[in-house]
Amino acid sequence: MNVTQATRLVAEREIRVKLRDRTFLFGTLFFLLIAAAGTILPPLLSGGPDSVAVTESAAGPLRAAGLDVRVVPDDRAAERAVRDGDTDAAVVAGPTVLAMDETPEDVVRALSSAPPVRLLDPDAVDPVVAFLVPFVFAFVFFITSQTFGVQIAQSVIEEKQTRIVEILVAAVPVRALLAGKVVAGALLALGQIALIAVVAVLGLQLGDSGGLLTLLAPAIGWFVPFFLLGFVLLAAMWAAAGALANRQEDIAAVSTPVQFAVMLPFFAVIFLNDNDTAMRVLSYLPFSSPTAMPLRLFTGDAAAWEPIVSLAVLLLAAGAFLVAGARVYEGSLLRTNGRTSLRTAWRERETIG
Amino acid sequence: MTSTLRLDGVDRSFGDRQVLRNVSFEVAAGRMTGFVGANGAGKTTSMRIILGVLAPDAGEVTWGGAKLTRQDRRRFGYMPEERGLYPKMTTREQVTYLGRLHGLDAPAARRATDALLERVGLAERGDDLLETLSLGNQQRAQIAAALVHDPEVLVLDEPFSGLDPLAVDTVVAVLRERAAAGAPVLFSSHQLDVVERLCDDLVIIADGGIRAAGSRRQLRDTYTVPRYELIVATDAGWVRDEPGVTLVELDGARAVFDLPAGADEQPVLHAALARGPVRAFRPVSPSLTEIFREVTQ
Repeated sequence: MNVTQATRLVAEREIRVKLRDRTFLFGTLFFLLIAAAGTILPPLLSGGPDSVAVTESAAGPLRAAGLDVRVVPDDRAAERAVRDGDTDAAVVAGPTVLAMDETPEDVVRALSSAPPVRLLDPDAVDPVVAFLVPFVFAFVFFITSQTFGVQIAQSVIEEKQTRIVEILVAAVPVRALLAGKVVAGALLALGQIALIAVVAVLGLQLGDSGGLLTLLAPAIGWFVPFFLLGFVLLAAMWAAAGALANRQEDIAAVSTPVQFAVMLPFFAVIFLNDNDTAMRVLSYLPFSSPTAMPLRLFTGDAAAWEPIVSLAVLLLAAGAFLVAGARVYEGSLLRTNGRTSLRTAWRERETIG
Repeated sequence: MTSTLRLDGVDRSFGDRQVLRNVSFEVAAGRMTGFVGANGAGKTTSMRIILGVLAPDAGEVTWGGAKLTRQDRRRFGYMPEERGLYPKMTTREQVTYLGRLHGLDAPAARRATDALLERVGLAERGDDLLETLSLGNQQRAQIAAALVHDPEVLVLDEPFSGLDPLAVDTVVAVLRERAAAGAPVLFSSHQLDVVERLCDDLVIIADGGIRAAGSRRQLRDTYTVPRYELIVATDAGWVRDEPGVTLVELDGARAVFDLPAGADEQPVLHAALARGPVRAFRPVSPSLTEIFREVTQ
């Protein structure tokens, strides 16, 4: 049996145990509900086209604009329809548009002749969407890397705390243990995101916001490789942090640096996403590039070569952290007397034959 | 095909504390070797080095003359001193998993697990989560975990501690069976009476160094001082005045005494007979505890 086979066995076990874990299952269900609610509800709540009361003679252009037209006998009846709340607006002689407290833009637009518009920057995104999308990307990466990272650390500590690690280490190479956990975490995280994405896409179709989907597709496509590498980078840190601890209670103390590595890029991307220079820098830094680069692709700010370079940087960083993480993991896995310092773990690595 | 397991000049330190000094001993094929020593003497460290869980600073471990590899070690059965399995997995599942990690394919691992759980009396609780089992049953699960891959060498750290008497019998039966099949079996224990009852060979470690090693008989011969027990009809106090006698114990009509090496014990018997009836007169072999005390002093 080689390292790959051992890694597979370890990963299989991690996944099997996780899929039976109620917390994990309910968590996933909860995210799915949020994704469904977030995509299906807003179009439903916005309530479809404005309704407008109008006499038959003036109804033509309003029907043509797709509004909900209610034909009334005269202008007086039209006004009453608005006052009684039967319709959102009315059009009376003049033409004058009547409404209670808010100008019904759709009705006004249907009655005006708009000058031709030529967009000079056609990629520019709806400001609401432009605000929401960075948040969603950063949030998805933050939540999943946090959740699954903590789980990797917990699984490492469980093996240490129960001492089963000694039997495991005698049977398989330490790096197969580490690799198995990282692979299992990445697969579970990606699976969960994919499930959420499927629900969100279905929701967007149902809610008839398909246009946003076409806009997001390339960013999502890039998000996957960035997410995977970013996840491996953090997972290596989480596993090393777990190996330094000795009991589940220690996890908060040993994982502080990892928490920062997750949290700081999250807030940086959220707060600086309209600052071009900051985003350019963030899109190359290994910890923030998984969210920052897909975002710049989404807003159309990044040149075609940029994600490739950034991905390469991330790949190198993930590789380096994996090697360093494995060394700390090996150096501290069998130290079961209290917490191990990072320096000791690094220096006193066991060379296991 | 099994062969001798050897440690050769093994040193190991933790920081500036040296826990093993030039440790060399053999675990012969087909023999049960008891490994005894006080707490902290270096038993667990030695066993961890055999299993490759720790690396030696110097020296090496060989099996059949060749340096141990990870592939070899995968065929070893190991029970660490500090026990533990996954609390949230069923016994059947984790024993199967450990079998697979030791190189069995899925059907073989399942078959071996079923057979072993039957053997250790856990067949009916096999599908319960480990954390719901009693401590005794968890120990049985641990035994199954060490044996699932039908190991060719057994290294067991304190296998009897915490076991109920029935489980002890099970473990003893399995160990004997493995040894009879030709496997080297090394087990540590601080219960010297258990070791005395079970082992063929003995390794005594103290303070990180091997103090004595060999078959039980060899050790007994080496460390035996000529000691005799005498039971007479009346008070045996006069024995202390016989030439060469060092009185060890006196209890009314019973006396235990040592003679100088090579001295003849017959004059003492004659003296006793001259005083009256002699109920018993026999040489006393030192117990393992006594040998242990002597060599580790």
